[in-house]
Amino acid sequence: MGVLTKQELQYLEEKLKRKANEIEQDIVGAEWSEHCSYKSSKKYLRLLPTKGRRVVVGPGYDAGVLDVGDGYVLTVHIESHNHPSAVEPFGGAATGVGGVIRDIMSMGTRPIAVLDALRFAPITGKGKAASKSKWLFKNVVKGIADYGNCIGIPTVGGEIEFDPSFEDYCLVDVASIGFGKKEDIVANQANVGDVIVLAGGSTGRDGIHGASFASKALEAENRSAVQIPDPFLEKLLLEATMEAVKQGCIKGIKDLGGGGLSCCLSETSDTLGKGFDVELSKVHTREGGMTPAELMISESQERMLYVTDNARLPALQAVLDKYEIKHAVLGTIQEHQDLIVRNSGDVVAQMPSHLVAHAPLADRKLKKPAYLDKLQKVKQPRAPANLGKVLLSLLSSPTIASKRWVYQQYDHEVGVRTVGKPGAGDAAVMRLDNGKLVAIKLDGNSKHCYIDPYQGTLGCLSEGRRNIICTGAEPVGVVDHLQFASPEDPEIYWTFTQAIDAIVNYCKFMEIPVVGGKVSFYNETAKGPIKPSPVMGTLGLIEDASHVTRFALEPGDSIFVVGNTSSEMGGSEYYEHYHGITGGIVPQVNLETDRKNGDSVLKLIKSGLVNCAHDCGKGGLAVALAEMAIAGSTGVKVDLNSVPNSCKRMDDLLFSESHSRYIIGTQDAASVRRMLSSEGVAFAEIGRAQGRNIEFTKGKNKVVRLALKSAEAGFYSLEKTMQR
Amino acid sequence: MAAKIGIAVFPGSNCDRDVHHVLNNVIGVQADFIWHTKDRIAGYDAMIVPGGFAFGDRLRAGIIAAHSPIVQEIKRMAKDGMPVLGICNGFQILVESGLLPGALMMNDSLRFVCRWTKVEVKNNKTPFTSQFERKQTFGIPVAHGEGRYVADSKILKDLKKKNQIVLQYSNDDPNGSTDLIAAICNEEGNVMGMMPHPERASESILVADNSSNDAITIFRSLVSNLKQKAVA
Repeated sequence: MGVLTKQELQYLEEKLKRKANEIEQDIVGAEWSEHCSYKSSKKYLRLLPTKGRRVVVGPGYDAGVLDVGDGYVLTVHIESHNHPSAVEPFGGAATGVGGVIRDIMSMGTRPIAVLDALRFAPITGKGKAASKSKWLFKNVVKGIADYGNCIGIPTVGGEIEFDPSFEDYCLVDVASIGFGKKEDIVANQANVGDVIVLAGGSTGRDGIHGASFASKALEAENRSAVQIPDPFLEKLLLEATMEAVKQGCIKGIKDLGGGGLSCCLSETSDTLGKGFDVELSKVHTREGGMTPAELMISESQERMLYVTDNARLPALQAVLDKYEIKHAVLGTIQEHQDLIVRNSGDVVAQMPSHLVAHAPLADRKLKKPAYLDKLQKVKQPRAPANLGKVLLSLLSSPTIASKRWVYQQYDHEVGVRTVGKPGAGDAAVMRLDNGKLVAIKLDGNSKHCYIDPYQGTLGCLSEGRRNIICTGAEPVGVVDHLQFASPEDPEIYWTFTQAIDAIVNYCKFMEIPVVGGKVSFYNETAKGPIKPSPVMGTLGLIEDASHVTRFALEPGDSIFVVGNTSSEMGGSEYYEHYHGITGGIVPQVNLETDRKNGDSVLKLIKSGLVNCAHDCGKGGLAVALAEMAIAGSTGVKVDLNSVPNSCKRMDDLLFSESHSRYIIGTQDAASVRRMLSSEGVAFAEIGRAQGRNIEFTKGKNKVVRLALKSAEAGFYSLEKTMQR
Repeated sequence: MAAKIGIAVFPGSNCDRDVHHVLNNVIGVQADFIWHTKDRIAGYDAMIVPGGFAFGDRLRAGIIAAHSPIVQEIKRMAKDGMPVLGICNGFQILVESGLLPGALMMNDSLRFVCRWTKVEVKNNKTPFTSQFERKQTFGIPVAHGEGRYVADSKILKDLKKKNQIVLQYSNDDPNGSTDLIAAICNEEGNVMGMMPHPERASESILVADNSSNDAITIFRSLVSNLKQKAVA
């Protein structure tokens, strides 16, 4: 499998001023794959705002690092494992978790939480597509659960979307946050004579060409490109790494992921600015007869590379021995700038590390997709007679329904940090050792992003910020995961640049730095490309535990809405799930309003006036209120006449997904009213938590009356769907 | 001499640090990690075998750990009457080592389950439950794949006769255990195994909605018993 393009090979040989041998071509092929090199995206990623008062280390390393005060740092990273999971969902998802955890470890911090954002084709219905999707869903969840549970890192949150564009495919994004002392962050500095240690799993033929496999459309099910997970070994590596970090015997560290040793060695050598001279016969292998090229590009899991000096090598070896982890000194740091690879002494590859680690950037063409204009104009559906039935249908739709079936399979409490638990608040909340708490949430919306990639991406960011604020947190950073089909298609590439524009504009305006991210292209099958699927992870900091807020209403709460509702139905669950319509105008984000509404709600929460807060997102006002009612086991009664809106239709008002809206419950309506008035935001008191029904009226006229019990049955229907 | 508690740590233990935190920082008793290769333990007044996936749950949960040096030592300590508490995977290890009867099998749902439930105190005469009222119920989370306690009719009869059922799930069975058993003790009462996680329910900031941190009474009972012993 030759993986370098003709032009790339030509470029390589021009730089080398000689022919590249086969091993060299394989090494460079792995490193210059889209997956490892970002050759189609780098130019645009440089536009992202990455500086901020808390940013210690921005994107580009294994994980971003944020200062959370008192000498502590948070690290964060996001990765996907889409291709492998589509072929072998259990192993693909599990190794995805393993990879992102090693990225966090590589900074010298202990992973304290995992989140996952998953996308599948619809799982309801009788067709073959639905049962395949269900199989993927079930096994992806099991893969994440088995890995995270075994290693003892809680899986605390995420999101799941179902959409037909993921037929025969799936998106599996895993994010992790780590926590540690600032002084323990591995400096990644080395001197000539220092030693390079490979530790962990043995190297086998699994995951050969994995990075290249992930850098093409998924055509054939290449199972040998999928790695095999071993969470127990990863757990040992985690504890050993933490112990070695504490003992100060690591000078440099890097995990082995996509591209295996090729990427790890060339990137580390390039980062350190020093040459590497390594001997492949030292690599502990799983099977005999592996060629140097196979050893260099195998993506066998649970492997770490450490750099240390001769004085501290025995201490590092003792820690690895304690955990019975196999390790070997592969080679040494040299004065030159090359990556030299030897096999039993003979040099089999020698290239400048900088050249290997920096692929020539690809120049991709852009073209606005023709479909976009068509999608803007769709015929409005006829309003259903029974809007209560619509609400029930939306609550039962797998995208909106409770993900209890998923998160109860994840150990989400190990580590005794999980304050905001899944299903209870808009984001996961983890306590830190300095009395502060971190809130984190992943948000995506492929339906919105397909119809309008720019506004759709803005919307994901707005939703992330709202979710974080609703837990009582100040947003402090964002990680982005940009997932698209082939960048070689100018129309797809255009949607990618739109997403970048949105992130740049939103984050600059809100002054939230982008602290890490990942790009994944070639997400397509014979059935076609996926919808543009940026997933945004938002992090927030809660200074005081008393600010932690959940979304369960209490009987007697006065209910307020902040923000205006407009008829922006494009991509809504109401249009897509209920009516089967794709198209229309997606909700538009007004940055100024978005900031103002969010700031006001955060101020309210911090002042202690708010009992519960919830973002108005998928399914709109009606679904948000129903979720708050179900969480609090109380009915609600809301008068739609009082809701600030510019909707012409009742169904639009109930189910529009307009951004920048919050719902809050309070026992002190007068103070909330006073404070919101002085903030100058659109708001209204719209009803109360009471009774056993979810009730919407328009003055005296009944619009929706759904028994809380029925709403609960629908909302918790995923268990049943998965049993069928 | 102040009481000192040992926490057994195996490769793959996950809840060792959580138990360590609760004992040292919440209760204020000294607790130390003890690595599994240790075959002589001196100076400790009680042992806790924490949750996790010791040895990756290979072969079956708890079986490899049951043959480790530290467990042979724990057996000796148990025989001498020292309190030994196994939580989750620790319960599985105590069962595999023969310190407690019965077996822990795959949940009846065939899935891992992590959620809060309620348990009722059936026996408040053990060193781990002495500060509870009998029949007191309290909220506590479970997190396990193989947590379904199974005992044949003979063992069950014995357990009942000798008052060895310590905690029972109260109308909210997470796994299909025989007789809703959540925790049992040995005949002498000094060795207890429980599937739920008291260390996750010992601080009010961590408890689920509509619950409390009453589970801390497990550790409080233990520490108070150790102190009484020290005085006597």
